[in-house]
Amino acid sequence: MADSSANRPAPPRVPTQPTLLELLAAFTQVSVAAFGGALPWSRRMIVERKRWMTNDEFNETFALSQFLPGPNTINFSVVFGSRFGGAAGAAVALLGLVGPPLVIVIILGALYERYGDIETLGHILAGIAAAAAGLLVASVAKMAAPLFTRRWNAAPLIAILAFVGVALMHWPLPYMFLALSPLSIALAWFKR
Amino acid sequence: MNDNPLWTLFSLFAVLSLMAVGGANAAIPEMHRVAVDVMHWMSDKQFADMFAISQLSPGPNVIIVALIGYHVAGLAGASVAIGAMVVPTCVMAYFVARTWDRFKDARWRIAVQAGLVPVSLGLIAASAFVLARAADHNVYAAVITLATAATAYFTRANPLWIFAAAGLLGVARLV
Repeated sequence: MADSSANRPAPPRVPTQPTLLELLAAFTQVSVAAFGGALPWSRRMIVERKRWMTNDEFNETFALSQFLPGPNTINFSVVFGSRFGGAAGAAVALLGLVGPPLVIVIILGALYERYGDIETLGHILAGIAAAAAGLLVASVAKMAAPLFTRRWNAAPLIAILAFVGVALMHWPLPYMFLALSPLSIALAWFKR
Repeated sequence: MNDNPLWTLFSLFAVLSLMAVGGANAAIPEMHRVAVDVMHWMSDKQFADMFAISQLSPGPNVIIVALIGYHVAGLAGASVAIGAMVVPTCVMAYFVARTWDRFKDARWRIAVQAGLVPVSLGLIAASAFVLARAADHNVYAAVITLATAATAYFTRANPLWIFAAAGLLGVARLV
């Protein structure tokens, strides 16, 4: 899936193909580490550690997962898994991503139902939430950096519009998505 | 409408999963409306606590639906809720991904793919901003956010260490 990189030199990397077992292991590791959302951890595993995808391939696959309805990291695991291992790959990646956290969260939920209000827990949650937000900021910065230095030049503008609309103007996300996507796709179409 | 809570959970989350363009956090307001205001399954504070627990738990944010399901109907509720939220959209993602790969050299696909990336990045940046605003309610929290962002951007250190430190600052009641 190196299609869109045809117009620039391919970045040097060792092409690796994960096996089903590696897929399961990778997504299980992502899921048990993934505090504050799975995106930063998926990117760290797939792009930085395993080098199964380049930054661009990851961005494109993640963008497709986001365009599909439903939780986007879940979609991502299915799209990613099916690319490397068909239906079995998709199932294995999904199982790794959802299985372990499901068990953990149900245990926590059961404890919460029993021991409800513990103040220290709230403070711990607050500290971790602040760190999780910072981790997501770093991931966005890494994913977006190439956008501002090459590709078609309307891209940063579209990204900034989406950010301002949702983060600052609080416009409903589905509307922003439906309004900006056709515009952005049309710009990409005529650019080529 | 059937009175069985499992059916209610199923229909709520199956519909939500298909509306949640942009991730589970985008669907949080609708979950809150149904769980607290319409069905009276829980109080406002209970919902906020569940959101915090889902953030504390590792894994995708969507895991909050299992907590809501568990609160309403135990293990069966948790299974029904997560299944309804995940299975329909995964089947769809699977078939779209296969079709997508067949057209990998088509001009329209290249344009769609290149066009979606900046929209997607803008939306993720917006979630990062919203989460940081919600989490950074004092100076210590803001420092934690900035320190985590800088460490994760400039190094390949495992962020779990920062999370552990942030949790300890919480134990010390600084956050």
